[in-house]
Amino acid sequence: MSTGELTMHASRTARWARPLAALVITAALIATPYYFAPFRVFQLTMVLLYAVVLAGLNLLVGYGGQISLGHGAFFAVGAYTAAVMLDRFTTGHLATLPVAAAGCFLLGLGFGVPALRLRGLYLALVTLAFAVFLPPLLKRFEHVTGGSMGLTVPKPQPPSWTGLAEDQWLYFLTLTVAAVTLLVVRNLLRSRVGRALLAIRENESAAEVMGVRLSFHKALAFAWSAMFAGVAGCLYTWVIGFVSPDSFSLNLSITLLAGLVVGGLASVYGPLLGAAFVMYVPNLAQDISPAAPGVVFGLLIIAVMYLAPTGLAGLAARARQGVRRCVEHLRHTRRRPEPASPAEQTGPPQPEPQPLTAPPTIGKG
Amino acid sequence: MSEFLQQVVEGVGAGSIYASLALALVLIHRFTGIVNFAQGELAMISTYVAWQLVASGMPFWLALPVTLAISFAGGMLIERLLIRPVEGAPELTIVIVTVGLFIFVNAAAGLIWSFTVKDFPQPFPEGSVALAGVDIGWSTLGVIGVVAVVMGLLYLLFQHTRTGLVMRAVAANPASARLSGIRMGRVLMLGWGLAATVGALSGVLVAPLLFLEPNMMGGALIYAFAAATLGGFDSPVGAVAGGLVVGVAETLAGAYVGFVGADLKIGVPLLIILVVLLVRPQGLFGRAAVERA
Amino acid sequence: MIRMRHTTALRAAAAGIAALLTATACSSQRGQDDSAASADGACKGQQTTGITDKSIKLGGIYPMSGPASAYGTISNGVSTYFKYVNAEKGGIGGRKVEFVVRDDGYQPPKAVEEARRLVEREKVFAVFQTLGTPSTSAVWDYLNQQKVPQPFVATGASKWGTDTEHPWTMGWQPNYVAESRMYADYLKKEKPKAKVAVLFQNDDFGKDLLGGFKQAVKGSDITVVAEESYEVTDPSVSAQMTSLARSEADVLLNITTPKFGSQALAADAKNPRWNPLHIVNSVSASTSVLKPVGFKNVQGVVSATYFKDPADPQWADDAEMKTYRAAMKKYAPDADPSIQFNAYGWAVASSLHKALDAMECPTREGLRDAVQKLKDVKVDMLLPGVALNTGANDRFPIETMQLVRFQGERWVLFGEPLDTRQKFGPVTG
Repeated sequence: MSTGELTMHASRTARWARPLAALVITAALIATPYYFAPFRVFQLTMVLLYAVVLAGLNLLVGYGGQISLGHGAFFAVGAYTAAVMLDRFTTGHLATLPVAAAGCFLLGLGFGVPALRLRGLYLALVTLAFAVFLPPLLKRFEHVTGGSMGLTVPKPQPPSWTGLAEDQWLYFLTLTVAAVTLLVVRNLLRSRVGRALLAIRENESAAEVMGVRLSFHKALAFAWSAMFAGVAGCLYTWVIGFVSPDSFSLNLSITLLAGLVVGGLASVYGPLLGAAFVMYVPNLAQDISPAAPGVVFGLLIIAVMYLAPTGLAGLAARARQGVRRCVEHLRHTRRRPEPASPAEQTGPPQPEPQPLTAPPTIGKG
Repeated sequence: MSEFLQQVVEGVGAGSIYASLALALVLIHRFTGIVNFAQGELAMISTYVAWQLVASGMPFWLALPVTLAISFAGGMLIERLLIRPVEGAPELTIVIVTVGLFIFVNAAAGLIWSFTVKDFPQPFPEGSVALAGVDIGWSTLGVIGVVAVVMGLLYLLFQHTRTGLVMRAVAANPASARLSGIRMGRVLMLGWGLAATVGALSGVLVAPLLFLEPNMMGGALIYAFAAATLGGFDSPVGAVAGGLVVGVAETLAGAYVGFVGADLKIGVPLLIILVVLLVRPQGLFGRAAVERA
Repeated sequence: MIRMRHTTALRAAAAGIAALLTATACSSQRGQDDSAASADGACKGQQTTGITDKSIKLGGIYPMSGPASAYGTISNGVSTYFKYVNAEKGGIGGRKVEFVVRDDGYQPPKAVEEARRLVEREKVFAVFQTLGTPSTSAVWDYLNQQKVPQPFVATGASKWGTDTEHPWTMGWQPNYVAESRMYADYLKKEKPKAKVAVLFQNDDFGKDLLGGFKQAVKGSDITVVAEESYEVTDPSVSAQMTSLARSEADVLLNITTPKFGSQALAADAKNPRWNPLHIVNSVSASTSVLKPVGFKNVQGVVSATYFKDPADPQWADDAEMKTYRAAMKKYAPDADPSIQFNAYGWAVASSLHKALDAMECPTREGLRDAVQKLKDVKVDMLLPGVALNTGANDRFPIETMQLVRFQGERWVLFGEPLDTRQKFGPVTG
């Protein structure tokens, strides 16, 4: 077999393999709610929902190198925007999504301004302040927010022509929003914004010298990130149908940050893995220790950080590289007489977004 | 007027609680550059150790030094066992390890000692002194006094001992310190040990006021964060000053500013922090980081 | 580059196919309705999921982790009761009870997930207890849609009783409004011109109790002269107590959860210039809350109660308390029987026992109807004089309480048990 043929063959395979893969994945995602029990579908819906907020947080923390301990609060703002609209103004569900997104975007922009002066730890603590302050504030404006009793709102009902059950419909809505979110985040990262963010993270001073508009991009990163948290919050209201101030405590913000770091910073799959961790691992913990699930959950977080200091996504990448090296080693020993094909000479492929080399610091400000 | 002063005293009392925990946070941050989310829970578990010792018949003033020694060893052990293995990892990874530790310690304390409020011995006399129409509880005075003593001891340690010099060198420039032959591992362990000891002292002091149960330090930790941020995260003096400012500000605002009220009083110190940070991003007493590009 | 795309695409395709296959393999998971069982005979068409002649499966959702873990131990009391009944009484009506406890960490979304798990996967007969107003609010729509009984939720919000659209859900403990009426009634007799200062937890519990109190004193000469709230995340309530002391009120209404209850009692005891009549709400009225403050500091404190406090020596020789202590020792050796939440769990589980016994049909519908027509049902862990009563227009099982005053080292009952419904009329939304 000549090298030319091999390449031709490979490219022909690639031409149909890629759309086929996309098709299969889409089919699997669409088929899921028809096969799984509603309870499983609900869990997957929550995973997708958390993935949306983590993807936004990843933009800020993973790629932007800034730390937020307040994303639970943006999530809450999104959730309450939707709930109040549904409760007071009885708008349709779809109308709540853009309002929640826009509201959180603007709020994030507002937070982006002090973020210009603050770095690392100090920014983290200012956002923490927001997360601490929001629940009592929500309780104070009782006539709008329902106070500490919270608000119960209707869930979106599937149109009758779809023939879907409620949990399936919610799954599809969340799936759509999550898919759009991941696409938007990907495109953002490939655009000038993404490159500017990376430059700022790697070396702020150098980036500024190179002509990156620091203040503009930092504030914008915050705004985008807050917007996705708001979108996820809005989905939360649709899916749960109930909001109360104490559901959005500081613990939520910390859990989200922990989820992202456990999943993997600055990685495409990190938010998905982190969302799955946040959703499923507490269940695992209570199966192991029903009396004190926190003991197991705490240990599992520490264990993941030991085994995969760069998160689960990093672990997956490492495993993949290990396997590839192993396979390549085998192939080389077997085909030593033949000249290496050009395809192999291109070397190990680079994963699309660069793995995190210089981590964001929560260190000295 | 005396009512106002009474509220100020109340604020100073609360502030000294925050200050003592903030001091522990700052100690760890100076040496390791991370924020220890588990600091409050470590203080809580140390307090349980003290409670257990007292409950098994040990007099309080003997149980205290034993607890402090156990906490010191425990802090060093945590650094060696939990933090060292992820030392080279991104700092955020280490911070999340402390979050895991927080969840673990809180649940473990609940499992071992249950969530029932424990009866913790009051080391200071009950009652209060009246000064110019203001009642100051002996316990409040006691906490303030001990925090002042701890500050003094830390000052002596850092400024007048060889160990202190080494520790300051590590805090100022870890890379150079390592190159000049300082054994970083030991210094970091010492830093964690000291922080755990200060935290333990803080827990034992506040337990009679806050009442001992596994969530005792959860709320105080948020205020301690605020105090440390306000003071500058690398300044022990700043931590104490920040704690007092936060305590007095929230108490006065809660009591006297009508629309703030007790429910939103936490917003006041947070607002002060925001304003201070916008003017001085490194906090009131912090050093500005000079960066080389 | 080409090869990379090729392998990535293939890998993705393989993953997708694997996912599809897994999904197909689990295809039986969807459509749980096929397996939904129904009864014959007089109870024809009613749901018998989770119940047979020999067994009954129940599920409960409690915060075993997170900030409200203190209440998680209620599940110990409940589990112990069922274990005791299974081992020593042959189960409930010959049916062995299986009780599945799940943790929601006091988070509503987690509660929804666990409720779905219990109903769809564990196929429980009923979700017996969800804890806390937020978690219960988040799941009651679902459970009512699925027609799964949700008896005796562990929260005292009045909405469980005033609501008319959730027939499958039922409260148990005296609602917070009923409790506040007890204190209002006491003050009207004892201090008809009382000036009341209120310390309350800023959540559904505190707001409901305070609101009920204000409603109940309307038209009398009793006035609320100061109110201060705290958040559960606050380290201490001492600043609030100082503010309240300024009001110079002659009554302090202390609406707090245990730790804050201790703090407030201690702050009151420490202040030599302010000595109000201290009323502490029943959540914090356990002896275990008062003990750390020092018994000499809490003499004369008033509260209201409806079940027997296991830490109180006056019940030491009570037959039910002895059974409870022995069972706890045997079946939950790690749990402390003197914690009031364990006794609460025991009391609510024995209440469910009575309701299950009263079912006309051994079906979900049977349980729903049984808890709606409880007539003077006595439960031994409740105070003598307190009984469960529900009816067509009464969806509050316990509305009778009795006042207690702390004397020496224990609570002393005084006055007569008061039926707050009779005295004040039904609680309305």
